[in-house]
Amino acid sequence: MIGMEVHAQLSTRSKMFCGCTTDYIGAPPNSTVCEVCLGMPGVLPVANARAVEQVVRTALALECEISRHTKFDRKNYFYPDLPKGYQISQYDMPMARSGRLSLGDREIRITRVHLEEDTGRLLHAGDALETASESLVDLNRSGMPLMEIVSEPDLRSAEEARDYAVELRGILRAVGASEADMEKGQLRAEANVSVRPRGSQELGVKTELKNINSFRALYRAVAYEIERQVRELEGGGRVVQETRGWSESEQRTFSQRSKEFAQDYRYFPEPDLPPLELRPDWVAQLRASLPELPGELRGRLAEQYALSKFDVEQLSQESATARLFEQTVAAGAPPKQAANWIIGNAPTLDAQRLAELIGLVVAGTINREQGVRVLEEAQASGRAPGEVVREQGLAQVSDEAQLGLVVEQVIAENPRAAADFRSGKQQALGALLARVKEATGGSANMRLAAQLLRHRLIQ
Amino acid sequence: MKRRELSAVELLEDCLGVIEREEPRIHAFVRLSEELARAQAEEADRRFSGDGQVGPLTGIPVAIKDVLCVENVETTAGSQILRGFRPPYESTAVARLRAQGAVFLGMTNCDEFAMGSSTENSGYFPTRNPHDPSRVPGGSSGGSAAAVAAGEAVFGLGTDTGGSIRQPAALCGVVGMKPTYGRVSRYGLIAFASSLDQIGPFTRMVGDAALVLQAIAGWDRRDATSVDRPVDMLSSLERGVEGLRLGLPREYFEAEGMEPGVRAAVERAVLTLERAGAELVDVRLPHTDYGLAAYYIIAPAEASSNLARFDGVRYGARAESAGNLLETYLQTRRGGFGPEVRRRIMLGTYALSAGYYDAYYLKAQKVRTLIAQDFERAFESCDAIVSATSPVVAFPIGAKVADPLAMYVCDVLTLGGNLAALPGVSIPCGTSEGLPVGLQVLAPQWADGMALRVARAYEAASNGS
Ligand SMILES: [Zn+2]
Repeated sequence: MIGMEVHAQLSTRSKMFCGCTTDYIGAPPNSTVCEVCLGMPGVLPVANARAVEQVVRTALALECEISRHTKFDRKNYFYPDLPKGYQISQYDMPMARSGRLSLGDREIRITRVHLEEDTGRLLHAGDALETASESLVDLNRSGMPLMEIVSEPDLRSAEEARDYAVELRGILRAVGASEADMEKGQLRAEANVSVRPRGSQELGVKTELKNINSFRALYRAVAYEIERQVRELEGGGRVVQETRGWSESEQRTFSQRSKEFAQDYRYFPEPDLPPLELRPDWVAQLRASLPELPGELRGRLAEQYALSKFDVEQLSQESATARLFEQTVAAGAPPKQAANWIIGNAPTLDAQRLAELIGLVVAGTINREQGVRVLEEAQASGRAPGEVVREQGLAQVSDEAQLGLVVEQVIAENPRAAADFRSGKQQALGALLARVKEATGGSANMRLAAQLLRHRLIQ
Repeated sequence: MKRRELSAVELLEDCLGVIEREEPRIHAFVRLSEELARAQAEEADRRFSGDGQVGPLTGIPVAIKDVLCVENVETTAGSQILRGFRPPYESTAVARLRAQGAVFLGMTNCDEFAMGSSTENSGYFPTRNPHDPSRVPGGSSGGSAAAVAAGEAVFGLGTDTGGSIRQPAALCGVVGMKPTYGRVSRYGLIAFASSLDQIGPFTRMVGDAALVLQAIAGWDRRDATSVDRPVDMLSSLERGVEGLRLGLPREYFEAEGMEPGVRAAVERAVLTLERAGAELVDVRLPHTDYGLAAYYIIAPAEASSNLARFDGVRYGARAESAGNLLETYLQTRRGGFGPEVRRRIMLGTYALSAGYYDAYYLKAQKVRTLIAQDFERAFESCDAIVSATSPVVAFPIGAKVADPLAMYVCDVLTLGGNLAALPGVSIPCGTSEGLPVGLQVLAPQWADGMALRVARAYEAASNGS
């Protein structure tokens, strides 16, 4: 049984409760800060309306019920990356509850979606704060808007856990709520993993997996943890409720902190922020403005363009890819060809030029291999594919008379292969075709060349 | 000053002269900002000579409670833990005074983090009552009250969480006002209890309090609990009490520990208001008895969280000898906070703990709602409520230090106004045993002008001005 807690940094211009920029990656330490996100005495938070909007949009995309009344709470604990000694979060009245996320024909229930602020970061000389000889605090990340999405323990395998996170990333990007780049820490997944004997209805003791910063790490950590827990139980041991970190170098999880003595966060309503009312008409407006979500996009791509499941999956991973595909088709390219070119070559051409290139190949003006060269040249030079073909004289030789001369010459120069073919060895044709290709510098229309070869040899 | 009969620099020098004479006796200030004050006074005089805008507070010297951040001026909330802290930002209320051209004399003493009713819990030294230096000035804003009472400052700023402006105003014989919660931005006010704290003025006359409030009040985009409502403290000030109904809550007149002399002075003041044309009505505030308990759960609970940031990591004092993180926290906070602050942090931490939250914090919030409803009901039959501000006059320094509960009872008549977010004014109304007594006027939420109007009517009726 796997439940996921995913934190996503929201794409807003300013931080959650102050006017500081959110563009902190790469900035010098403690440079994108102000008295509010530094937790100085006497300062007050003011909630970022755009962040609230992003949470509601995401929650709507996850088919959640949006709370009409919601509020912020203080989560109290001491840590040097938490400048106020409390995190402004949401406790018993999250912005949204009871949603779902579809994975193929499986439905994963979403427990809640809430809004909070991010903490700063610590740098230790040594590996743990408690024993470090020196610790440095960087508060650039402090006060970044953070959305937490909690699922029910509905996931059943490491694959599903990974697929869930990937799908969630797609939704976050589609609604524009987060860039959701795991490597940049914009998307952080924690998995709660427990196992139980087949048929049992009781939940097993869970462990919480942290330090996961890629989808692959998520897959491996969950797979490792399932195996470890099964081994533990089958060996007569027990699973301890704890937080476990994923070690990328050792490819295993390790115990970080026992959860048997749960920390008391002394939650209480944040008195500096009035409760929020999310008006139904405003929510309805946001609902109406939601873009096409990944699931909807996939359904439409499959249906409208008759694409295979593989093609749909590949094209729908990034909304920009899907957009390029649809525009290329709109510009005249056949859907299957457009899909192949986009999936196989990740072109950076615009749709108009990509369609032009595909058109040249489909019409037989150039062959596929030439097409790839033209694509590269067009991308490097910024010229139109047709122009590249003309300038480099790349158009394939489709002239029967011209190609006929080459074919006759090749047959004359390779009597052995010609004889082999005539005596029934079909594969000899391949060797002859290779010679034709060589002789034309790769510009021969190979279909025509094969026809001509067969014709001449059989005569 | 507009008539150029007195310059801002002359007025400042007058105040500095009084400060030099009185400070050794009363210790109202924890630090003076003379240099800044001189520059501001000169700037004010330039404005008077036609070089800029002139407002009612231009050139007027003010004493600022040490919990209100003044940019680049050491601000410590009366605590050793913030020693040396110079905020790089300014509280909105102070910034509005600065914009008007007021002159900042310095930071006044207070109970540490505004926790107390006598200014004896200051992390520096106790302030003394100008009427009798062996006695307390009240608190927590005792320094600002004493400075105004002694003539060291023309007006003062304080903060009121459970009576911390009104009670010292009463004990020092000056006017003090706590506005409706949300009226004045709390931005830059070093928080004690966020849902109760409010900034307000100390003055010698009610009209001046109205002027100061007019200057500092109004919505601030940096305080989400400040409210965008029209601010008019002046237009109804002189309308008198003719035809107004004034409520007398029996619970407040029969409060525990009410000194007979205080009660007698307040009853005389009530008769003065009646003679001035007010109609007196009895009102009931049946949940008054539970107010003190609710207040001493809610305020410490919020304080325990508000004061968590003083951990020695980023600013203020830090215990340098600590060997690890936990020791840094413990030594910094043990060394930096005084005993009353530590007591309230512990009280508040306990009240918010798992398993106790419902029984304490949640129940206290329910009591708070009941108390607010008591007032709403009372205001259905009256325009304002009058009572004593403090059940006692200024008590000798040290008299209540050993008994926190006796000290907490000082707030019993004022904290209802904080729990219900009401505006309240304390105005001097005679003496008891030779010491000042304060009359409290409470008005409905946002009727700050009404509280000032009734106080002004009493002031006019009692001294014929
Ligand atoms: Zn900031």
